[in-house]
Amino acid sequence: MAVVKPKVAFYWMGTCGGCEESVVDLAERILDVVAAVDIVFWPVALDFKKADVEAMEDGSIAVALINGSVRNSEDEKMGKMLRKKAGLIVAYGACAHLGGIPGLANFHTREEIFQKVYIEAPTINNPKKIIPQLETEVNGVKLTLPTIYNTVKKLDDIIDVDYYIPGCPPHPDLLMGAVQAILSGNLPPHGSVLSPNRNMCDTCPLERKEDKIIMKKFKRIHQIIPEEGQCLLEQGVMCLGPVTRNGCDAACMKVTMPCRGCYGPTDEVEDMGTKYASALASIWEETDEEDVIRMVKSIPSFAKMVYYFSTPSSILKRKKMEVIP
Amino acid sequence: MTVEIIEKAEFEPNILMFACNWCSYAGLDLAGTSRMKYPVNVTIIKTMCSGRIEPTFVMKAFKDGIDGVIISMCHEGDCHYMDGNYKTIRRFHLMNNMLESFGISKDRVMMVGISASEGAKAVKVITDMVETVRTLGPIELGAD
Ligand code: SF4
Ligand code: SF4
Ligand code: SF4
Ligand code: FES
Repeated sequence: MAVVKPKVAFYWMGTCGGCEESVVDLAERILDVVAAVDIVFWPVALDFKKADVEAMEDGSIAVALINGSVRNSEDEKMGKMLRKKAGLIVAYGACAHLGGIPGLANFHTREEIFQKVYIEAPTINNPKKIIPQLETEVNGVKLTLPTIYNTVKKLDDIIDVDYYIPGCPPHPDLLMGAVQAILSGNLPPHGSVLSPNRNMCDTCPLERKEDKIIMKKFKRIHQIIPEEGQCLLEQGVMCLGPVTRNGCDAACMKVTMPCRGCYGPTDEVEDMGTKYASALASIWEETDEEDVIRMVKSIPSFAKMVYYFSTPSSILKRKKMEVIP
Repeated sequence: MTVEIIEKAEFEPNILMFACNWCSYAGLDLAGTSRMKYPVNVTIIKTMCSGRIEPTFVMKAFKDGIDGVIISMCHEGDCHYMDGNYKTIRRFHLMNNMLESFGISKDRVMMVGISASEGAKAVKVITDMVETVRTLGPIELGAD
């Protein structure tokens, strides 16, 4: 009798496609994965339809890896359907884990975004000012679109998530590790983030050269020619390493870029943005309130910087809306 | 319309006040022992130093329905841990910047120096904050 291989599904929601790409980044290791599992659903690569999954028995898929944020009503429906069909749900990548870059939309309303994207953007030619509609008729045929939500959500806002693989996108080693853990049944506790619970500075190859970090000016990486091999925070660049979880092999610092926090916080940190504000306040020396205010004003979009990948998982989650629909 | 007016009139702000042990809490103590009156709307949390107060606490307070937050510290140069309150000043302004992005009015947070001898100032600060927040109305967060 043939060995029954565990069924695996990949799905994408509000995604950029980078997470899908990271699966391909497994390179030849993908053959090991394909040999060990039976991929039953993967819209980007294989021709299985939603109806095929709907026809499956509940719980018959061993694991569904879902990437992307919950951006619209279809994402939510698909997430709920996959939750029924799969024994394990893995939130794959920063968007599913924390809300990701699409989560920055939470600092605006849907209307503001439609206005900007479909009407005001300099590259747009839309004289009729058409914005996405839920329903439209073309040659007598009614076409529908899912509702884009005002608020971007992370996967565990709509369904129970068993494991998280962080990163934008995740390092292929993390995916490989997770696949092996699932196949061997050697799984960590429910709800774990499958990446080391230590902070980035721990494995960062850039060195601290001073005894004490003192920031005189906040800089962005394009504004300086960085010293090779020296900690970027020491050089005045706002690196999010101190509040970010490890597991990417310090990918950005290896090429002298600051960490922007895509792996999210460690287990102990509830909100990486406020934590970073706390940390940053201790490493600059201004004591005069006016100077402090001037320094803070010198940072463009501080909140968007510290919540670059995690607005939907911050304590406040989104900007207050004037009219709540 | 009428319903709205009644709700506004009945709104009693919930204010959270962080006070450092060495100056501000002693100042509040003085207000108490001197039998000064202050609004019941305030809940006071003592920390050893204002430098312990993290923006995380304030955001959580708002999320849990607090309408206004006072961060009270030693006057400049008086912090018993030397520079705790300077960190507070920097944290406060970074936090304010973030709160603005989340659409929360700057008037819902206040940073103030209160010394051990300033019981009357403590009472005035609390009373003023309650009134300011009363006009702002209850905290409303993102929702949806
Ligand atoms: S986590 Fe990053 S790579 Fe993955 S879908 Fe989101 S934006 Fe793309
Ligand atoms: S702050 Fe950034 S550059 Fe400095 S050690 Fe940490 S991760 Fe590396
Ligand atoms: S260094 Fe930071 S931003 Fe870069 S990949 Fe790692 S976690 Fe993401
Ligand atoms: S002890 Fe009062 S502010 Fe530090």
